[in-house]
Amino acid sequence: MPAEEQSASAPQQTSGGHQPMRRAVVVGGNRIPFARTGGAYTKSSNQDMLTAALDGLIARFGLQDERIGEVAAGAVLKHSRDFNLTREAVLGSALSAETPAYDLQQACATGLETVLGLANKIKLGQIDSAIAGGVDSASDAPIAVSEGLREILLDLNRSKTLPERLKVLARLRPKDLAPDAPNTGEPRTGLSMGEHQALTTAQWEIAREAQDELAYNSHHNLAAAYERGFFDDLITPYRGLNRDSNLRPDTSMEKLASLKPVFGKGLGTEATMTAGNSTPLTDGASTVLLGTEEWADARRLPKLAVVVDGEAAAVDFVHGKDGLLMAPVFATPRLLERNGLSFEDIDFFEIHEAFAGTVLSTLAAWEDDEFCRTRLGLGGALGKIDRAKLNVNGSSLAAGHPFAATGGRIVASLAKLLHDRGPVDGRPARGLISICAAGGQGVVAILEAYTAPEGR
Amino acid sequence: MADKYTQFVSHGIGKDLAKRLGLPQPARLRRYAPGLPLVPGPVLVLGTGRMDANGADELASELAAWGLDVRRNALPKEKLGAIILVLDDVGHPDDLAKPVLTAAQSLRDLAPSARVVTVSRTPDSAGLPAVAAARQAVDGLLRSLAKELRAGATANGILLANGVGAVRLSALGALRFFLSGRSAFVDGQLLTVAKDAGQLPPDPDRPLAGKVAVVTGAARGIGAAIARTLYRDGARLVVVDIPAAGDHLAQVANEVHGTALQVDITAEDAGRRIIDHALERHGGLDILVHNAGITRDKLLANMDENRWNAVIGVNIAAQLRINEAVLASNPHGLSPRIVSVASTSGIAGNRGQTNYAASKGGVIGMVRATAPLLAERGGSINAVAPGFIETEMTARIPFATREVARRLNSLQQGGRPDDVAEAIAFLASDAAGGISGEVLRVCGQNLVGA
Repeated sequence: MPAEEQSASAPQQTSGGHQPMRRAVVVGGNRIPFARTGGAYTKSSNQDMLTAALDGLIARFGLQDERIGEVAAGAVLKHSRDFNLTREAVLGSALSAETPAYDLQQACATGLETVLGLANKIKLGQIDSAIAGGVDSASDAPIAVSEGLREILLDLNRSKTLPERLKVLARLRPKDLAPDAPNTGEPRTGLSMGEHQALTTAQWEIAREAQDELAYNSHHNLAAAYERGFFDDLITPYRGLNRDSNLRPDTSMEKLASLKPVFGKGLGTEATMTAGNSTPLTDGASTVLLGTEEWADARRLPKLAVVVDGEAAAVDFVHGKDGLLMAPVFATPRLLERNGLSFEDIDFFEIHEAFAGTVLSTLAAWEDDEFCRTRLGLGGALGKIDRAKLNVNGSSLAAGHPFAATGGRIVASLAKLLHDRGPVDGRPARGLISICAAGGQGVVAILEAYTAPEGR
Repeated sequence: MADKYTQFVSHGIGKDLAKRLGLPQPARLRRYAPGLPLVPGPVLVLGTGRMDANGADELASELAAWGLDVRRNALPKEKLGAIILVLDDVGHPDDLAKPVLTAAQSLRDLAPSARVVTVSRTPDSAGLPAVAAARQAVDGLLRSLAKELRAGATANGILLANGVGAVRLSALGALRFFLSGRSAFVDGQLLTVAKDAGQLPPDPDRPLAGKVAVVTGAARGIGAAIARTLYRDGARLVVVDIPAAGDHLAQVANEVHGTALQVDITAEDAGRRIIDHALERHGGLDILVHNAGITRDKLLANMDENRWNAVIGVNIAAQLRINEAVLASNPHGLSPRIVSVASTSGIAGNRGQTNYAASKGGVIGMVRATAPLLAERGGSINAVAPGFIETEMTARIPFATREVARRLNSLQQGGRPDDVAEAIAFLASDAAGGISGEVLRVCGQNLVGA
């Protein structure tokens, strides 16, 4: 990049000595279709998928040999050999090999957190461009040796003589040979994520039909978005897959109602969570291209949306104070307040559908006067969301949920949606993203349609 | 990579056997690469020798200025890179004897992959019957000579319209194309230069420098080869294909440092989206290559509506609609050079391809009728009609049929996607500015439909 471009995009000094914050713009995104585990991407590694998603992004925006300020991505299920997953994917991509990269992991919030972290670096003037992303494969999941075998192998490595080695090997028992596969169980409770959500779903008395309806809408909204070509510039096919393989455009309320519950069967209440209203294990990868306005302009790139702000929260689910996936309930009012906004100022709500019950419990909590007063410290209920603004192009129940890739999927889709909407009542269209994560965490963010600053 | 038969008859026993049995012995064709000499030896320039004519003299000095080794008389036993017959001034069939028979004496001295190029005038612009006869005679002569040449040598002709001089730039651009390795699989063809327009590029190895080019159907095969060739020639690429081909498209885009646009060209707004992308992301649209095409072969008796409509929809209706969008883009004043991929099937017909041949015939009709519309604003439109090209598609033809199909031309071999791409790159360049509404066949002078 020529020197004058560098200086043109550097923060400008004002007379007061303050540096006005630069804006972090979402240029666009790319993901590969998400595949149900054991499907099209069974033989694809995280590195393969992340590289493919990057290469599709590079092709869409002509970034070949470009030195990007920084690339950040991550995976939740990660092999130890992938200690430098993102950097390795960059090296295997068409980007300049001089592009730095780092891995990040915050469970299912990984993707959104990479966007927020990189956007902050752009706003601070540390970098002019960035690619955020995430990838996950439940098919190609790491399988570890058992703790017993691992200790034996390490001791074996340390022993020097043959008798010593034989002595170590003699400790080996058949049970040590059983591999240690990853699972979605919470380390501190031993409960799977689904069982945790079942507790919350029951607590908020979310009906089976309401959950099935949310799943039905997710499938039909996603299918409609595909039909009108919404994803033509958001997705690049991979390994013969053109669409998310979990998508069931023809699903019906009857079909969803016919599924047997899989979670919450021992709670004493009616079990309502089925394979239809819970997300399946999924493989996939997503990327988002971010930059300053000047960086995008210099390359004639689109400017879809602005990353306004983000907020993380965590709940004490271990002692049962709150549900495992309810942290966004706490993060959202804090984020709205900091930005002087209310639900009325939001045009699109993107609430990650880990389970239909998660979304509905979240909405129920925000509508609950008592809860909002006592737990959120508000004057009353945060408010009711216009359901016509919720996950309008479908979400994880239909698309699937490759943990770390979900954030990038939502940010890129929402940015395009906001851009297409343009101004609302004289202000830029606005969207709220809410993603729950394992460990009782949640990250939420606000995006705004890009509008040129005054005087430009 | 030559086909297996060609490899077999090129060496040792195979070569001997083919010779004894009189089997075809396809030559390894000379193909273009930046930096290679334009022709593989000296160029012999022959004219009619009429006192009032000086076309051959002018052309000879122009070629000398290119740095070529130009001869006006052949030296005995010297291998020639090309023979150029300047026949633009023939007034009677009798005028042909001298230059043609002089050339005849040098035919055995042609180097492998040498060129014979005639420069003459379009017969329909002749007033007198004798002039028209002489000019039309060149057509028959050229096509027959092309069939006689061996060892990868080709013969092609340039037809000048009224008012176009032999040393005018448009004609020189065509001459340069026919002499070079870019025309390796073009044989027995006559290309009309209708107008004094166009210019030779400052750098002959980067004739498309600074141009923005859109290629449809670029994810694989001939489309990908076109993208690579245009990139090599200096163009900035927008590669287009259906969303389902996006992964291959992305690979091509990254290879040619372009941008990938996933769009179904049969969509109503495809033209608009392509134009917007080119303008917004690259600031222009100088070249548009309509390459995307499909086949749904069936005998007409077995043809169903889907097969018919799909082929017509992709191969011709989409091109028409996108061209309309280009022509309607008045505020932007787009005046691109458009090149459409037709097919020899659209000229000669092909059993089992009524739908395909109809669509490709349609392309030829569209090109001829669109040329005057684009001429008003300085653009051009031409078609390239590939014959048997070695692609994934033709690799699926049964062995025996394929083997016969690829030998049935004067060069006795199938062409490569690159050969089609080279012809398109030429027609898309400013050097071809005076050429519009033409159909250039890249078929090695296929024996059917010539």
